[in-house]
Amino acid sequence: MTQISEPQTITANDLLTGEVVYLTKHGVWAHQHSDAVTFDHPDRAALCLEQVSSRDIAVVGPYLARAKIDHHQAVKPVHFRDAIRATGPSNRFIGKQASPA
Amino acid sequence: MYNYTTFDKDFVATRAAQFRDQVQRRIEGSLTEDEFKPLRLMNGLYLLLHAYMLRVAIPYGTLNSRQMEALADIADRWDKGYAHFSTRQNIQFHWPKLPDVPDILAALAVDNMHAIQTSGACIRAVTADHFAGAAADELADPRPTAELVRQWSTDHPEFAFLPRKFKVAVTGSTQDRAVTKFHDIGLRLVQNKTGMPGYEVLVGGGFGRTPMIGQVLRGFLHQADLLPYLEAILQVYNQIGRRDNKYKARIKITLHEHGLEDIRQRVEENFALQRARFDGADQIILARIESDFTPPAFKTASTSCFGNHLAQNPAFNAFTKTNLHPHKNPDYAIVTVSLKAHGATPGDASSAQMRALADIAKHWSHDELRVSHEQNIVLPHVHKGDLPKVYKALQATGLATANIGLISDLIACPGMDYCDLATARSTNVAQRIALRFDALKQEHAIGPLKIKISGCINACGHHHAGHIGILGLEKAGAESYQITLGGDGSQTAAIGKPTGKGFSTDEIVPAIERLIKAYLAVRHDASEAFLTTFRRLGPAPFKAALYPLKDTHNEL
Repeated sequence: MTQISEPQTITANDLLTGEVVYLTKHGVWAHQHSDAVTFDHPDRAALCLEQVSSRDIAVVGPYLARAKIDHHQAVKPVHFRDAIRATGPSNRFIGKQASPA
Repeated sequence: MYNYTTFDKDFVATRAAQFRDQVQRRIEGSLTEDEFKPLRLMNGLYLLLHAYMLRVAIPYGTLNSRQMEALADIADRWDKGYAHFSTRQNIQFHWPKLPDVPDILAALAVDNMHAIQTSGACIRAVTADHFAGAAADELADPRPTAELVRQWSTDHPEFAFLPRKFKVAVTGSTQDRAVTKFHDIGLRLVQNKTGMPGYEVLVGGGFGRTPMIGQVLRGFLHQADLLPYLEAILQVYNQIGRRDNKYKARIKITLHEHGLEDIRQRVEENFALQRARFDGADQIILARIESDFTPPAFKTASTSCFGNHLAQNPAFNAFTKTNLHPHKNPDYAIVTVSLKAHGATPGDASSAQMRALADIAKHWSHDELRVSHEQNIVLPHVHKGDLPKVYKALQATGLATANIGLISDLIACPGMDYCDLATARSTNVAQRIALRFDALKQEHAIGPLKIKISGCINACGHHHAGHIGILGLEKAGAESYQITLGGDGSQTAAIGKPTGKGFSTDEIVPAIERLIKAYLAVRHDASEAFLTTFRRLGPAPFKAALYPLKDTHNEL
């Protein structure tokens, strides 16, 4: 296994609703980024991505997303695109930001 | 308006039923996403950042009140109570769920609508002048031609898998409101020296990462030759258009690589063959279509209350100065309803607003509405005596913003707030610019100005044609906005030129403000519009405003 690097999450869109989902430590898909399991080892992340891509028909387009751990030990997206996916559109309070956590 | 025949109704209903079966197979797992994706795209269904998006065709932007009500019903029943009118004169629902989409398509079919060919490498929904059949400056109504092209191109078996998507626009006016010079094919209705009706045919225009202005392939094409000539162009493109690189697959690149003369020769040779195949049935169909587009029965009534209201109501007066366009009947006006209230998302309308627009059209616009590529709604036939009532009804639903053609009437693609392809947000920038200039109370003093914003290089926000264009990109993990100047989508088409380094999301609104301040300082007087000033002086004073000297030193 390679050395520890930037954490990664696995994210996708739900097949039925299209909603952004995150793989959790229990191997199920959750709607909130805070529930995402983080992978510190790229090889382990890639292997898990391969497994969910080949087996899980409930989601579409799974991919590895960069993450960071903030000073509250919370998992946060790194890229602004992933931040928008995690919260919802910035022009309307209508996505995940409008749903109870 | 065009009335669906039994054939049309059966076709649309059949396609909706086919898609229901395809969705079911996808949900059950017997179709993979790779197998399903081209099927859903053929039915206008995308998967974007947060949800599915269904793009519904509004051919040449024309719809009646019942159709608008049906779209509002869909927004309420299967979406989040609003919809987005796009720069392709279409409507997009940004939150449908996959199992519901077959029901949505079935509901659309009831009111003669569909989502066919709103995506994919095919001939897309035909667009046209949104003032068609109404504008005083119109030579001929482009809608019968647009409808003929729609029928010819719908499910055309030979052109279902072109090298890339293919867009056709039609205008019947010398004032090009259909952006024909930036389409794969632009058709301009003209007459020859003997008064025969026909078309000037432009080919190879487009936005995207390689913007090009269309070139005249045929100066005059007889009306009866339209379909064989289009068939000839599409066959040539289908045969020699590149399929090895999607970024070089549009016909504009084919034209650029082969040259206009080579393409013209190939098309003319093919046209001679195609022409023999057409026996005149298309012209019989065209005649039938034309009968669907006879002008409404315009009423004869007093317009005096219009003049009285102008004097009594300053807000109404301001509205009439920006939001009206001359109608071919002097007692009537064309009303453009702004979907750009300051701070709103360009092109978005709530279901309540859509129903209000349907109601207004039913009572005061001969039951007609148009969607403009500038993301507004047009009431094409309003008697001047009814304008005060229309204005009051628009006010009641937040649709009376008097800003058509001004700085806050900017167009913007959905950008990264929704789009999977986007590299930066665009609606957010649009909202902030509109709010800033509304706060400054300057937009009427600034005068005519078109700002167009795209959230990626694909240019759905038409930034290349913006007097001021804004292109959102990603630079080093952050949003960066590049400004272009001097673009023009009209008959005097021009591609905007980049000014220099991009601006961050915090810098872009102040940069636009500096640009406008520079324009106000150097224009001759208030009658000289931004684009005219830019053409007179060139980019120098504007670049100086965008990049003050200290920034230049920092760069060096």
